[in-house]
Amino acid sequence: MARLIGGRGCITFRAHPKAFLSKDHFMKFTGTDNYVATDDLMTAVNAAITLERPLLVKGEPGTGKTLLAMEVAEALGMPLYEWHIKSTTKANHGLYEYDAVSRLRDSQLGDDRVQDINNYIKRGMLWESFVSDKPSVLLIDEIDKADIEFPNDLLRELDRMEFYVYETQETVSAINRPVVIITSNNEKELPDAFLRRCFFHYIRFPDEETMEKIVHVHFPDIKKRLLKEALEVFFSIREVNGIKKKPTTSELLDWIKLLLAEDIDPEVLRGDSTKAIPQLHGALLKNEQDVHMFERLAFMSRRQDG
Amino acid sequence: MFVDFFYQLREARIPVTIREFLTFLEALDKDVARGNIDEFYFLSRASLVKDERFFDTFDLVFGNFFQGAMNKTEGLLEEYIPEDWLQGVAREMFSEEEIDEMSFEELMEELAKRLQEQDGQHHGGNRWIGTGGTSPFGNSGQNPRGFRMGGEGGGKSATKMWQKRDFRSLRGETEIGTRNMKMALRRLRKFVREGAEDEFDLDETIKSTADRGGMLDIKMRAERKNKVKVLTMFDIGGSMDSFIRISEELFSAVRTEFKYLEYYYFHNFLYERVWRQNRRGYNEWIPTHEVMNTYGSDWKAIFVGDATMSPFEITEVGGSIEHWNEEAGELWLRRFLATYPDAVWLNPVPQERWMATPSIRMTYQLLEGRMFPLTVDGLDAAMKLLRQGRQAASRH
Repeated sequence: MARLIGGRGCITFRAHPKAFLSKDHFMKFTGTDNYVATDDLMTAVNAAITLERPLLVKGEPGTGKTLLAMEVAEALGMPLYEWHIKSTTKANHGLYEYDAVSRLRDSQLGDDRVQDINNYIKRGMLWESFVSDKPSVLLIDEIDKADIEFPNDLLRELDRMEFYVYETQETVSAINRPVVIITSNNEKELPDAFLRRCFFHYIRFPDEETMEKIVHVHFPDIKKRLLKEALEVFFSIREVNGIKKKPTTSELLDWIKLLLAEDIDPEVLRGDSTKAIPQLHGALLKNEQDVHMFERLAFMSRRQDG
Repeated sequence: MFVDFFYQLREARIPVTIREFLTFLEALDKDVARGNIDEFYFLSRASLVKDERFFDTFDLVFGNFFQGAMNKTEGLLEEYIPEDWLQGVAREMFSEEEIDEMSFEELMEELAKRLQEQDGQHHGGNRWIGTGGTSPFGNSGQNPRGFRMGGEGGGKSATKMWQKRDFRSLRGETEIGTRNMKMALRRLRKFVREGAEDEFDLDETIKSTADRGGMLDIKMRAERKNKVKVLTMFDIGGSMDSFIRISEELFSAVRTEFKYLEYYYFHNFLYERVWRQNRRGYNEWIPTHEVMNTYGSDWKAIFVGDATMSPFEITEVGGSIEHWNEEAGELWLRRFLATYPDAVWLNPVPQERWMATPSIRMTYQLLEGRMFPLTVDGLDAAMKLLRQGRQAASRH
């Protein structure tokens, strides 16, 4: 069974046994050299491609949401346009921005450029992907970071794949409808009207078996015993009730990197999760309260043992 | 046949719309799921369900519906039959020994035979039971071979994803409460211009340019940002134990909603000390005075507590059940309210009981009526009041 190999940064190849590529479906996503998608993810991606609707991907941080768009682009041989959303991002930013200030300045200086308004219109990622000469992938990353109304402002543009530029009075319509992939960290609820138009996929946190593979991909030489102990500690931390920030895949990888660098003996890790806070916990626990809680738990369990 | 499915999803309160259903049909039409039941399941989920919290419910409905459909194609189960009814019938018609002895298929065959014989007498003509397969039988626990759903059965694919119910843990009914709270808390958002001046100020530019006789003078201004400061005070006294969960929900909602948020904990009532951590680590307290000095009166104070205690804990010196307080809790609350005159109190105790509880009544009076039940409506009213207080103050 194909498994998602996620995590931040570099990803390594695992061959996918199921080849869906067929003549009548020339654009089909089956995972790539670097990214092996789960079956449900592939179905969702392919539905989004075939029906030309956006695909909304949710999931815990560190499960490879953003990476998905990059890998889809690579698999389909399409250019990728990335639009990263911040809390201050407005829907317009993706379409275009009119730099009136520069134009005013130029007009004061008598620059010839000023005659053509097009010189002052900066294209956004949506525009770029609409006019791309071959079909493209458009990533709208972390849409939940923006204001709650943000997705609604993009409804028409994503639906019709066109928008109107007031300054030049032209309509920009997509030459090739891009494959739109939208990621969300669940920080805000997305509006229903927006959700209705998307396909939806939820990437789950990798289970222990998958995680083992992911770690192996990053640290092929890791000793079995160290890996086993480290994963045990990692998953037991994630299971602790009331922890404020659960460590993610990328944090696990950082931690293992540290363990390897410091050459920590697996024996030291054994029992760590109950008797003491884990070695080099700084990579896993990023919240003061979490660290405190662990210290307390560790103290209590030591007392029980003693 | 899918129309039924659509309605079953809606009955299960999954918010599916016609638009999504049409998308789903369109995708089927375009062969996105090519005859493979798993792909079909993935496709229907991706197109019909837009929230992982509903995945589990979806799995259940999908399982029920397509179990029925599969059996139907094999001519085994004519109609969806309620589980209770079947179990009841089975117990009525078979002895324990029979159930133990017969295989599932035999059992079903026998049941069908017997039911047909008495058709129309007891259970009405339409309810007919087929043989074999997996019916929505549930786990009656009587017979391991018998009433079991999933696993064996006539299904063709080896693993039925929806039967694993992997998403059970994501159901999270509580989250819906948190969301409502978030929406109510959003009322408090206050936009303030702050930070780098990176927004073009048209009005000022026109004015300034005109002032300079047409020579362009560009004015910039800072962008508006959400900047409301919230100081939450949580009661973690013993009587609040049953409300801890609801308090924590509120807490998590508050946390993500504001840029500036400080939280403190108090035990039963506000005295000269508060805590930074919700475990009752006794030694790490902070003087209440210090809190009031640190956070100016532009902060919005929100109390969350049941205010349920004996009245002397509020009124008397030394009334606290945990320590000797030099000054009465009432005095401390009054001081606090002098610093944060708009403070509101959210109370998880149902509003009907407030006036019957002396300590709640007293707290209510201390706050001059700014106590609200910890419900969505109550929260909404409280936030409205906090906001109006601000507007009145900022008019100056």
